[in-house]
Amino acid sequence: MSKASIALNRFGLGARADQPVPSDPVGWLTGQFAKYDPKPDAIANAPTSAGVSAELADYFRQQRALRAEAGGRPGRPARAMTDAPMQMAAPGMQTAPAMAGPTAPVQSDAIKQARQFAQRSGRNDYAGAVGARATNALITDTPFVERLVHFWANHFAVSADKLQVIGLSGTMEFEAIRPHVLGRFRDMLSAVERHPAMLLYLDQAVSVGPNSPLGSRIALRGNRKVGLNENLAREILELHTLGVRTGYSQGDVTEFARAMTGWTVAGIGQGPGARAAGTDGVPGDFVFAAPLHEPGDRMVMGRSYPAGGVKQAQAVLDDVAAAPATATHIATKLARHFAGDTPPPAMVARLQAAFLTSGGDLPTVYRALIASPEAWVEQPLKFKTPWEWTISALRGLNVKTADPLVMTGLMTQLGQPVWRPGQPVGYDDIAESWAGPDAVLRRVEAAERFAARATNVDARALAPKLFPGAVSPATATAIANCESPAQGLALLLVAPEFLRR
Amino acid sequence: MYPPVFDRRSFIGAGAAGALTLALAPRMAFAKADTDRRFIFVIQRGAADGMGIVAPVGDPAFAAARGMLAEDFVGAARLDGMFALHPAMPTLRALYGQKQALFAHAVASPYRDRSHFDGQNVLESGGTSAYQEKDGWLNRLLGVLPPTQAKAIAVSATVPLALRGKHDVSSYAPSNLPRASDDLLQRVAMLYQGDSQLHALWSEAMNTRALTGDLAAGGGANAAATGALAAKLMVPANGARIAMIETGGWDTHTGQRQRLGAQLKGLDAMIGALQTGLGPLWSDTMVLVATEFGRTVAVNGTGGTDHGTGSSAMLLGGAVRGGRVLADWPGLSQAALFEGRDLRPTMQLDAFIGGAVAGHFRVEPARAMAALFPASRGTKAVSGLV
Repeated sequence: MSKASIALNRFGLGARADQPVPSDPVGWLTGQFAKYDPKPDAIANAPTSAGVSAELADYFRQQRALRAEAGGRPGRPARAMTDAPMQMAAPGMQTAPAMAGPTAPVQSDAIKQARQFAQRSGRNDYAGAVGARATNALITDTPFVERLVHFWANHFAVSADKLQVIGLSGTMEFEAIRPHVLGRFRDMLSAVERHPAMLLYLDQAVSVGPNSPLGSRIALRGNRKVGLNENLAREILELHTLGVRTGYSQGDVTEFARAMTGWTVAGIGQGPGARAAGTDGVPGDFVFAAPLHEPGDRMVMGRSYPAGGVKQAQAVLDDVAAAPATATHIATKLARHFAGDTPPPAMVARLQAAFLTSGGDLPTVYRALIASPEAWVEQPLKFKTPWEWTISALRGLNVKTADPLVMTGLMTQLGQPVWRPGQPVGYDDIAESWAGPDAVLRRVEAAERFAARATNVDARALAPKLFPGAVSPATATAIANCESPAQGLALLLVAPEFLRR
Repeated sequence: MYPPVFDRRSFIGAGAAGALTLALAPRMAFAKADTDRRFIFVIQRGAADGMGIVAPVGDPAFAAARGMLAEDFVGAARLDGMFALHPAMPTLRALYGQKQALFAHAVASPYRDRSHFDGQNVLESGGTSAYQEKDGWLNRLLGVLPPTQAKAIAVSATVPLALRGKHDVSSYAPSNLPRASDDLLQRVAMLYQGDSQLHALWSEAMNTRALTGDLAAGGGANAAATGALAAKLMVPANGARIAMIETGGWDTHTGQRQRLGAQLKGLDAMIGALQTGLGPLWSDTMVLVATEFGRTVAVNGTGGTDHGTGSSAMLLGGAVRGGRVLADWPGLSQAALFEGRDLRPTMQLDAFIGGAVAGHFRVEPARAMAALFPASRGTKAVSGLV
């Protein structure tokens, strides 16, 4: 590949035929830092946490009222709702078989209707956010920074598997990732861990300190459903910061979980903890609920954190954000994303150093990334994920808007539903996870559909624009031999040049 | 911009009529050729709570240790003096009665930490620590089987680690995408000829497509359909002999009672569909169900359980010496727990898998262990499972 082709395809999201080939590839990449818009039009019009949360809060209120009316326990939302499985608008391929959802207790029609309404609006919000993300990726002129946004959203993965998270999953990327993608890692980390999608997805919102004011009161009443949940604390250490096997113990996880008690969400939390804590405020807002907080000093990884409310867990977060292990973890993942499935050790060391010396200043790390020769080798280094392939294909065809429902369905068919990796580790970033026989066949099927809709596009002329100086003779010949322009275009979209970057 | 992509392809039928015929058919003793044996590995991703599946109701500490999670087993039919099966699995209960279901308890892989992803890596790679082995034990199994048996498929769009390695395997999952034209498929084949990775992938995709005919259709979006699909891929004379099915959703940190019950209902339906779909072949089939590690004995603060150690595993099928729960039960008293919180493992999962596979495929156990779990030196396969 030529340098220009590498900049467009490996660093960017794929070339658009209506944009000029950058004459100074490195300058084109670094120049994007000044041009990046955290809230471009497509995103500005997308659903927000406040909007989604208001809908959820309405729903929970309605549930409580209906339950009370039906003689159920007042003030308690239907339990079946907590983890109602997500049914996508477009049924499609599943990498893991979908198990049957929870069996709902007998409910009145009104309660059922309210639930269906909440699920529908959650799905609409989700699809709207997917559409906004895709549309923005199709038209952006800062594609390198947008790629980094997608990278970080996957690093801090939430999965739209719970009712409360469906509509919020995209808002986390828009509200916690985008504003900090060119800032400091510490600030992004802090914003993510305070975002309602993360607090709800990894169960932090329902964690109650056993010796907190509320925990003690409830224990006296013999309710054992309220207590500590260590899910988020563990994943922060394992996935978001230090990385697995970096020396923290089970005891550190538990201590961190205790420090984090009280970090919760206003208005849309569930369970006795969330309600009894009196977390009033605007639904969806981060709140520190003191009645849930485990009192006392905490010892995490040999460091003591004196009691101090919301600041206690923040102090732990700040320390792990700056830890050398975190720098290595982030450097490794970035190197893997840009320089191949097996990250080159010298490049990892360089990025780690940039992270540590700059205090986690992300543009400094990105500059070290661009300056790394390992990311500029001519042969392709990565097999594109379904998302990367789809966006680059549609950009190549000059498509400028993504229909929300079509896009959610398509990504499900291709095996990578947006914001729905099913696990907090996010989607894999190695070829083995994506280069499957069936997966390639699906891309061919999708490519034929894309190509059938494109008019007046000559693949022979398009190929060198998308891959300047980098179209193989085999691909050029195969396209030239096609029986129709549409067939040539479909073939181009699944050519080796297009499947890799 | 482009058309909706949800249309076409007929559904994979696992008709009720077929099930009925099978249930009434007498179990016939067929002469079995090597090619008749089927093996299916169902992985439970997310650390399935073994104690919530096969509950040690006879342990005096059980009810107190498990709190509300013990309530599912009030009145549940017992498997033996100690254990009861979760009531959401009537098919498995029936198989147990027919001596076609065997449960192993207090099992664990060599992994002792609590990361899903490392734990799954150990379970699938067959190493003693994460990332020690580069390929999967199910792929290495192909190397010790006769060529007629060494045909494997992942019932998913990509190949999971357990099946990755030097032996070619296939993958397949139903798609709702429109089928590409034959002419384009041929041109893609030609285009990929000079690219070794894409050429191999494409050949495999075309072989699988030829095998599955038109069953790629519409649904497959639930557990029973996945089971039926796997059976369909394994029934033909030239079909797969080994399959792997991935299931997720076992990470029950909150509201475990409801979530696990729903998961188990799905698993039960999947096994039922496999049995129905395989028909007479079921008598020479073995299904292994296993997870990366178990969950805490105590219920956490949110009605769920956190990451633990010992769990349970299952062998199902006509080829299994079932009707038993295999466990050197460590007990649930506080002093008996691993690190004061988890079910203490007393059986090695790799020894259990090695014994099951060796017995099923009539491979010498020590040879199977050396191939599948090379790092578990000296570990003896569990015998008498088949």
